Amino acid sequence: MIEVSGLRKAYGRTVALDGVDLSVREGEVYGVVGRSGAGKSTLLRCVNLLERPDSGTVRVAGQELTGLGGRDLNRARRRIGMIHQHFALLSSRTVAGNVAFPLEVMGVPRAERRRRVAELLELVGLNGRERDHPHQLSGGQKQRVGIARALAGKPAVLLSDEATSALDPATTQSILDLLKRLNTELGLTILLITHEMDVIKSVCDSAAIMSGGRVEESGAVADLIRTPGSRLTREIFPLPGPAPAGSVTLTFTGDPQRPLVSEVVRKFDVDVSILGGAIEEIAGGSAGRLRVALIGDEAPAALDYLRESGLLVEVS
Amino acid sequence: MTWEEMAPLLVEATVETAIMVGWSALLTVLLGLPLGVALVVFDRGGLRPLPALKSVLGMVVNVGRSLPFIVLMIAIIPFTRLVVGTTIGTAAVVVPLTVGAVPFFARLVETSLREVDRDVIQAAQAMGAGRATVVAKVLLPEALPGIVAGITVTVVALIGYTAMAGTIGGGGLGDLAIRYGYQRFETGVMVATVVLLVVIVQLMQSLGDYAARRLSHK
Ligand SMILES: Nc1ncnc2c1ncn2[C@@H]1O[C@H](COP(=O)(O)OP(=O)(O)OP(=O)(O)O)[C@@H](O)[C@H]1O
Ligand SMILES: [Mg+2]
Repeated sequence: MIEVSGLRKAYGRTVALDGVDLSVREGEVYGVVGRSGAGKSTLLRCVNLLERPDSGTVRVAGQELTGLGGRDLNRARRRIGMIHQHFALLSSRTVAGNVAFPLEVMGVPRAERRRRVAELLELVGLNGRERDHPHQLSGGQKQRVGIARALAGKPAVLLSDEATSALDPATTQSILDLLKRLNTELGLTILLITHEMDVIKSVCDSAAIMSGGRVEESGAVADLIRTPGSRLTREIFPLPGPAPAGSVTLTFTGDPQRPLVSEVVRKFDVDVSILGGAIEEIAGGSAGRLRVALIGDEAPAALDYLRESGLLVEVS
Repeated sequence: MTWEEMAPLLVEATVETAIMVGWSALLTVLLGLPLGVALVVFDRGGLRPLPALKSVLGMVVNVGRSLPFIVLMIAIIPFTRLVVGTTIGTAAVVVPLTVGAVPFFARLVETSLREVDRDVIQAAQAMGAGRATVVAKVLLPEALPGIVAGITVTVVALIGYTAMAGTIGGGGLGDLAIRYGYQRFETGVMVATVVLLVVIVQLMQSLGDYAARRLSHK
């Protein structure tokens, strides 16, 4: 749905994007994480050409955008929704007026506009607030207006730059739930940027980590987690301190019910002591990391068994 | 001079001031608003960067701003004659008033437009809004409270300028104060015009503040 390839962008001597490739499939939620200054916002702004890349191409819904300009670009942009960290609502307009804005830009007639606005506000749970001005709303409500506005043009994709970063945890969760619902109910493809690993865990199907203008890792979240030495895994499941020598880090996805640790203890002559761990719901399933020490002669055999059972085993 | 003698003079002068200020304010807004928009739109990083044009416009505005009104008024006498065919009278005063106020007002407009959140402008562009739409539906409405405040400041400044414009036959309260209060030592007239001017300026300022407040949704 979104195909980015070989994207480069420099500001003077600062290279913001240094050859970025990214592929977002239709109907998925794709998260991009990375340190401040990694180039995440620049990447997102290149997708709807708010920023013109120095080289590389961007395709959205099969349409090559980098070649477009003027009216054609404006028309293409109407099919790409965007939400912003600080909401970017028009303070001079009411809630309804803000949602109507993109419809006015598209030249939708007034009656049709009114109908669509009511529909959209219903969708984001803001009916009854249409006559309020943005300054009368809470942060979460403002972002709902932002989302309704972004959906007005029936976009195929939604871009989100830190859309929950200005919100408290409970509000963040409600906005994420809304995005996930739009993703499943409308089949909306979402490309989002975040610095919160929780966002990746709770809504993303795929993810990429950026650093220094490049994509370091990318892929389905469930696969990335099984990748040895994955930075994403380390970021999502931080274990306390550096791994002590001889300790084993187990990463597992899928069936959490299987009691692998007790199986190992029963089958092999080993003792297991748990040094740290985290289990999380991700991408619809569960995944976790466990740092353990295996003590006993049959430890190597036990590790092989764990590997065969589909766990990622990293020995420090 | 008795109150009965003074009253008609005051009324007449107030009407003259109102006419001069009214016309010049109207023309100033009509000319200064697009100029202010141009200063922002053509700037580096603006909607349509044309730095050379913006520099020229900026220079013209600065020249206009650096001349004291009384000097400007005399300096543009030929231009005034060209426009209205005469250089004395109320109509002739409106020309230098407008020329003097346009650059001033344009700068105020420029400042208010620059305060419009960049994010909001970009959000509009991301929704596929073209430049004209961004100006008409984002920049101007979002800056409206600031622009209204700018109009208020300009009107107050114009009331001040009209006092000097009186010297080229425009009449008005300033002219009355000078002719009667200063040249003929009619202290009563002087006091009355001062009070009237203070009241009018207060009124204009309160009205402008009220309008700006009503329009602002911050
Ligand atoms: N308009 C600009 N002019 C100059 N440099 C810029 C501009 N925009 C971004 N940069 C630079 O490009 C690099 C990448 O910036 P970008 O905003 O994409 O980072 P980011 O990953 O979004 O960071 P953050 O998490 O802080 O938002 C940074 O070094 C930044 O200073
Ligand atoms: Mg950013």
